[in-house]
Amino acid sequence: MAKYTLQVKNLTVKVGSQTILDKINLKIEEHSTMILFGPNGSGKSTLIKVIMGISGYDIAEGDIIFEGESIKDLSIEERAERGIGIMFQYPPKIRGVKLEQIAQFLTKEEERIRALSAHLNLDKILHRDLNVDFSGGEMKRSELFQLILQKPGFFLLDEPESGVDMENISLMGRMLKAFLKEEKPACLIITHTGYILDYIEAKNACVMIDGCLFCLGHPREIFESIKKFGYEKCKECQREI
Amino acid sequence: MKNVRNANVRYKNLDDKELEILAGVGLDKDEKERTATFLQSDDEVLFHKSLNPGIEIFPIEEALRKYPWVKEYYGKSFQLQGKDYPEDTQGGYFIWVKKDVHAFFPIQACLFLKRKSFSQRVHNLIIAEEGSKVHIIAGCASSYTSGESHHLGISEFFVKKGAYVNFTMIHSWKEDVDAEPKSIALVEEQAMFLSNYICLKPVRKIVMYPTAVLLGDGSKARFNSLLLAHPGSSQDIGSRVIFKARNTSAEIISRAVSLGGNIIARGHLKAESPKVKAHLECRGLMLNPEGLIHAIPELETFYQDVDISHEAAIGTISKDEIEYLASRGLTKDEATGVIVRGFMDTEILNLSQVLKNEIDKLTVETLKKGL
Repeated sequence: MAKYTLQVKNLTVKVGSQTILDKINLKIEEHSTMILFGPNGSGKSTLIKVIMGISGYDIAEGDIIFEGESIKDLSIEERAERGIGIMFQYPPKIRGVKLEQIAQFLTKEEERIRALSAHLNLDKILHRDLNVDFSGGEMKRSELFQLILQKPGFFLLDEPESGVDMENISLMGRMLKAFLKEEKPACLIITHTGYILDYIEAKNACVMIDGCLFCLGHPREIFESIKKFGYEKCKECQREI
Repeated sequence: MKNVRNANVRYKNLDDKELEILAGVGLDKDEKERTATFLQSDDEVLFHKSLNPGIEIFPIEEALRKYPWVKEYYGKSFQLQGKDYPEDTQGGYFIWVKKDVHAFFPIQACLFLKRKSFSQRVHNLIIAEEGSKVHIIAGCASSYTSGESHHLGISEFFVKKGAYVNFTMIHSWKEDVDAEPKSIALVEEQAMFLSNYICLKPVRKIVMYPTAVLLGDGSKARFNSLLLAHPGSSQDIGSRVIFKARNTSAEIISRAVSLGGNIIARGHLKAESPKVKAHLECRGLMLNPEGLIHAIPELETFYQDVDISHEAAIGTISKDEIEYLASRGLTKDEATGVIVRGFMDTEILNLSQVLKNEIDKLTVETLKKGL
């Protein structure tokens, strides 16, 4: 029987009286990658934030099970401690706090920090204030850098390729691939462009539309179908999961 | 052996706890990385010594006796500004940096309050002759034995043509101590006066509004402050620069954090000459609903050809920042500490490398204990 790293069970999430996620069910097997497609505003980022425990969302119904344990009442840092990591799409600027400080919190191995920051072309921004005046590419590379140092057993990527040029996408894709190969984490990745699919092997993908999940299938097939017919077609096929 | 004995004599009447307090305001008691030292406890000068013949350091009364010309300077900066100053002072230091003398290691001057209900009233005089360059670390602190005590410190700086004075003052008082520094710096042509002020410990009340008067063409001033107000503290702290010559420039930067205490962060740029460039920046962080931060930036001029500006912002730590750091595994308290220590960034201070590591360490330790 398959072992699941993450199970989202019948999850309904509201902000005020508005339902953002409606009875979501999702299972991610251990060591596997799930791709999440969906139009803007469909609730993809909300799902990722709710799994991480970011505030501002009410879980009206359902549960989130991580490695067999309900995590929906745990704080963000307790979830991080259990091995959940996240790459933010829009990380906040924190003045006076250097990227290097966070790196040193994540690992005591200075050599790893040096080597990885060099690989990701971040050595020059290690001493800069976190996310302050970072370019789009620097911000994404800094997020990936922190995530790899954190070595989570399960991680969440929210549009890792948005606002990044092709050269940086390739660099990040290769680093991510190496990390997946070495550490074998499970992950949930939101993508619009599908570029990330060129670098990682994902077993499954699903589509979120209006807060509901549809169409569990192979990422390439679903992506091609979206490119051809748009998201509405996914809705038509009615394979709600 | 002689040195050890001297050290014991110097620090007579000061116990380990008190020496630790003094170390917390930058006193290097072994004087390994100091050019000169002055230490006064209440109204008694414990010792003074300079390792550089180009720098003299004395109690002010001794300087007035030894060099009659010192009288010409005494009170002059206040008189030129039309300001009165208390004349009933006792003690204080006189620092004279001779022409073209550059000191690599800083001069340290400490004023310590020990006695209960004592009012320490000092008058300091700092003269940096033409082309000289010096860093001064001034530590003012109170012993655990003090109480209902008061510190008044008058400081006059004369920064002559092309000279550079970098003055870092660290305060470490107590909940029942009031402090009232009053200082004026007169800055001549092409000279620079830099003032760093750090106050992170509890205090009952501090009122200060140090002023730099840029008298000479091309002179510069900079004031940087890191302020932390504990519950019950009241800090009314400002910096003022008066521009009386062309091509002068200045910057005032402050970071104020209220843990429940009150901070009035003032700043005043007064351009009495054209061709002036200056900026004032004040950021405040409110960490407790009981506190107050009141930023009062003032810009003033009669001239068109000036470029003076200010920005002030007060807020609290955003939830997004805390949650971002929490996702990396930091607890809420750890995240708050990291953010506040980041906000109190010693990078805004202009410190020499020798002092930078020391001050970074002192600041981080004080904030870790204080938050």
